[in-house]
Amino acid sequence: MAQTAEQTVGEGTAAASELTEIEHAEQAHGPLEQFEIKALTGAEGDQLQFYHFTNSSLFMVIGLALVAGILLLGMRRGHLVPTRLQSVAEISYEFIANMIRDNVGHEGRKYFPFIFTLFMFVFAGNMLGMLPYSFTYTSHIVVTFAMAAVVFIGVTAIGFAKHGLHFFSFFLPAGVPVFLAPLLIPIEVLSYFTRPVSLALRLFANMTAGHTMLKVFAGFIAPLGIVGGIVPLALVAGLTGLELIIAFLQAYVFTILSCVYLNDALHLH
Amino acid sequence: MTEPEERPSLKDPSLKDPSLGDLDARLKAARRRQAEASGETRKPGAAVGSSGMGVGFRLAIEMVTGIVVGVVVGLLLDRWLGTMPLFLVVFFLLGSAAGFLNVYRAASGQGYAVGYRKQDGRDGGSGDKDGAKRDGVASDGEGTGSGA
Repeated sequence: MAQTAEQTVGEGTAAASELTEIEHAEQAHGPLEQFEIKALTGAEGDQLQFYHFTNSSLFMVIGLALVAGILLLGMRRGHLVPTRLQSVAEISYEFIANMIRDNVGHEGRKYFPFIFTLFMFVFAGNMLGMLPYSFTYTSHIVVTFAMAAVVFIGVTAIGFAKHGLHFFSFFLPAGVPVFLAPLLIPIEVLSYFTRPVSLALRLFANMTAGHTMLKVFAGFIAPLGIVGGIVPLALVAGLTGLELIIAFLQAYVFTILSCVYLNDALHLH
Repeated sequence: MTEPEERPSLKDPSLKDPSLGDLDARLKAARRRQAEASGETRKPGAAVGSSGMGVGFRLAIEMVTGIVVGVVVGLLLDRWLGTMPLFLVVFFLLGSAAGFLNVYRAASGQGYAVGYRKQDGRDGGSGDKDGAKRDGVASDGEGTGSGA
């Protein structure tokens, strides 16, 4: 009796390991393979450690180097009539400066460096992800949530530093019947705490969904052959354009929402 | 960069002549015209996700995050206080309400979340005129909305 039980357990584990092997084999060529984190240096076994330099870190460094390089090279010599690279630097500066002026106002000027860095980092990550064989670091919720948490904590700290305990009036509606307050305040507080989550989730979900969709449709091309493959090929071409728009749009949304939150913290009412 | 050398540099003193002021004026006029032409798209809500799929995606995420945050807060409180289903249920309901509130605010163009009021009145005071105008639009959503 015990033996048979053991046997079935052994068979079960064998089947389970077989199953995981099959899953691994399938995953290796699946549409989600592109999001896998791989240690590039000093990997011991399968276990990733925090100090490992991964493909995600590599692309973050590339993104930072790209942004810094374009800005430094573009602004090296200030031409009156801008060169192409200088135009890129000036346009990105003006874009963010206008965004802050429109959404935060004059007081937002001193937060320009942070907002600008945020936008350029997200934008570089999204755009780098559009290159074949590259890794999209904004497609990981760890990355996006870390950025959203920094924005959220920073903005809340700014709000408290500027308004003190008056900041809590943010959650207390003015001109609302008192008997509704016990219901509304928790809802408003929860609504406030959804900000970083939705900020992170939006960027992550857009990038992950887009790239997975591209891979899935691209996977149809070869099996359908020369004649039938034209349809998914055209779809992939169109989707690539759409993804380029989304890459910009999501960086824009992430930044503008940070601006809106900053504005809320700076101008309570 | 291999740039042609005849490009005028900002440091060139010979360029500090009246034509610069002329150029500046023309630039400003062009910018003003452009701003007038695309004045509508300047609003954050309008430019973001103007495609149907973008709007749908945004609203879905707003809804989901409200519930997720509510459930997570409820579970953590329950684990801390040892009152298993109580806070989970309460915060699930509150989170759903927050999710609906966020969706309502996003969909009705009142900005993104708690502080939507900045979109229509920069001074942000709870002016009576402002409040009266909005009371006509949607009363119960407004009541929660003015907590911004």
